[in-house]
Amino acid sequence: MTEVIRAEGLQKRYGATRALDGVDLSVPRGSVLGVLGPNGAGKTTAVRTLATLIKPDAGRAEICGFDVVRDAVQVRAKIGLTGQYASLDEELTGTENLVMIGRLLDFPRAEARSRARELLARFRLTDAAGRAVKTYSGGMRRRLDLAASLVNRPEVVFLDEPTTGLDPRARNEVWDTVRAVVAEGASVLLTTQYLEEADALADRIVVFDHGKVIAAGTADELKAGAGRQTLVVRAKEAHRTEQLTAIVAQLTGEVPDVVAETGLVSAPVADSGVLASLIRALDGASLGVTELALRMPSLDEVFLTLTGHSAEQSARAEEKITEGSLA
Amino acid sequence: MTTAVLAPPRRISLRRTLRHGLTLAWRNISQLKHSPEKLIDSTLMPIVFLVLFLYVFGGAVQGSTHAYLQMLLPGLVAQMAMFATMGLGTALNEDIHKGVFDRFRSLPIARSAPLVGTILGDTVRFATSMVILTAFGSLLGFRFHTDPLSVLAGFALAYVFYLAVSWISVLIGLVAPSPETVQGLAFLWVMPLTFGSSIMVADTSTMPGWLQAWAKANPVSHLTESLRALMLGGPVGNHVWYTLAWAAGIMLVTFPLAMRMYGRRA
Ligand SMILES: Nc1ncnc2c1ncn2[C@@H]1O[C@H](COP(=O)(O)OP(=O)(O)OP(=O)(O)O)[C@@H](O)[C@H]1O
Ligand SMILES: [Mg+2]
Repeated sequence: MTEVIRAEGLQKRYGATRALDGVDLSVPRGSVLGVLGPNGAGKTTAVRTLATLIKPDAGRAEICGFDVVRDAVQVRAKIGLTGQYASLDEELTGTENLVMIGRLLDFPRAEARSRARELLARFRLTDAAGRAVKTYSGGMRRRLDLAASLVNRPEVVFLDEPTTGLDPRARNEVWDTVRAVVAEGASVLLTTQYLEEADALADRIVVFDHGKVIAAGTADELKAGAGRQTLVVRAKEAHRTEQLTAIVAQLTGEVPDVVAETGLVSAPVADSGVLASLIRALDGASLGVTELALRMPSLDEVFLTLTGHSAEQSARAEEKITEGSLA
Repeated sequence: MTTAVLAPPRRISLRRTLRHGLTLAWRNISQLKHSPEKLIDSTLMPIVFLVLFLYVFGGAVQGSTHAYLQMLLPGLVAQMAMFATMGLGTALNEDIHKGVFDRFRSLPIARSAPLVGTILGDTVRFATSMVILTAFGSLLGFRFHTDPLSVLAGFALAYVFYLAVSWISVLIGLVAPSPETVQGLAFLWVMPLTFGSSIMVADTSTMPGWLQAWAKANPVSHLTESLRALMLGGPVGNHVWYTLAWAAGIMLVTFPLAMRMYGRRA
């Protein structure tokens, strides 16, 4: 089997809210799927449905070939879940939390203890292992929660906004852990509001909005789908910025953006052939530059294009991406 | 690849469920070990009620506190069995709100395991209040008048009743929107059952008719009368059977309901 997660037409309603409105997902074994979306897009609902915590109103989903409703027990044996909010026993110590989960997974006592020790060391919690979780910092809690979802060496790991509220260092640690888990052969579905995070970790990204997948593809495909690239250039001598701006304007046919303080001139370009023409033009004018780059649109720009407030905008984005990136 | 070969089992056996239940009972007991002050209510309540009832009602009801104590203590065993279930619902509700239950529900364990575990773990509460009640009662002059086996049978009956009534508390803990609501509801069902009974008075004939009918049918009265017979002697009558039938009936209704609510609670 090559696909560890496969979902078709998942729907879930809460009153008038369509938390999931026909979601299709597919995750090949060993890969990372990033689910990107603003607040209320349906990310958590999707994760909880796939992790058997809630039943979909319609549609179906399989994890490692097991149906999330019919074969829930088998699915649970295959997955690890780190929810959006920590699901730990605050009164117990870090060790006790992990040993308890090990015992619930039918580990013999000694093995449950050694697995707990191993995971605590891996998440740098050895020093805090004997302390009640209620004394942990937010980052420590997150790490313990992550450890708790790995006790059974799951084949599929769900991480719902694993780095929200973490400082940059703790975030990097979580990223490293995700990479390590994947290196050990697990597949990961992670939700995030950080485009940078999806870009850094995910092989493929789906963008959620209003319970629908409005775009899917690799980070590069999404960027390409979102629009044009940007030419960025800066003159070596500040007083020649004006001349540089004129050259860029002529080549691109656009009115360039100029940042007065830094002398940075930028303009959207249709094709990357512009770069060669620009270098020739600069050469001809003997105009030295300190910076010259063709920048892909950032995922933030993609995100805004795709989830922009008007529904019309979302619908257009959907068309564009389904044409461009789903191949 | 070994993982693809070994398909995990589809159902959870009863033995594994019991073991999971015990693991989760261990969790509750570990919590108490870390904060023993949580047992303070189970420790002080028997003392407070014993002293209050004994000296407020003793003279009036029975003429002498010593005679009243003999009658009162078995009743308080029943009362403490009821009160011991009150914290359960609140604890469960907190677990649900803090997300601990999400963790349990994402593990390949039986749905009943976390509930069974919580009830078994809370047995500590029941045992504590029984020990304190008996010890403090003896200090004030209470004596068992039957053989140890009958006394033991009495406590066992109280425990069975406690286990059954626990499921009412569990059910409320599962459906209530907040821990505070659980607390409020607990008073609503525990108080009429506990005090509308023969716990404090052996003779219910001075009560108004409707209350007499209630006190007579009340399973807590049947438990109390069973305990008086088993601890002080005298005919047991049908009270033990009524108590057991009530316990079975309560379980039969609340257990499936609790399982359903647990499955549905998202
Ligand atoms: N139990 C529930 N009852 C009622 N509405 C719900 C429930 N769970 C989710 N919703 C609604 O469904 C929609 C999707 O919620 P969901 O939690 O899946 O979003 P999300 O993408 O995870 O958001 P966030 O980034 O804020 O975590 C929201 O409008 C939310 O209010
Ligand atoms: Mg969410």
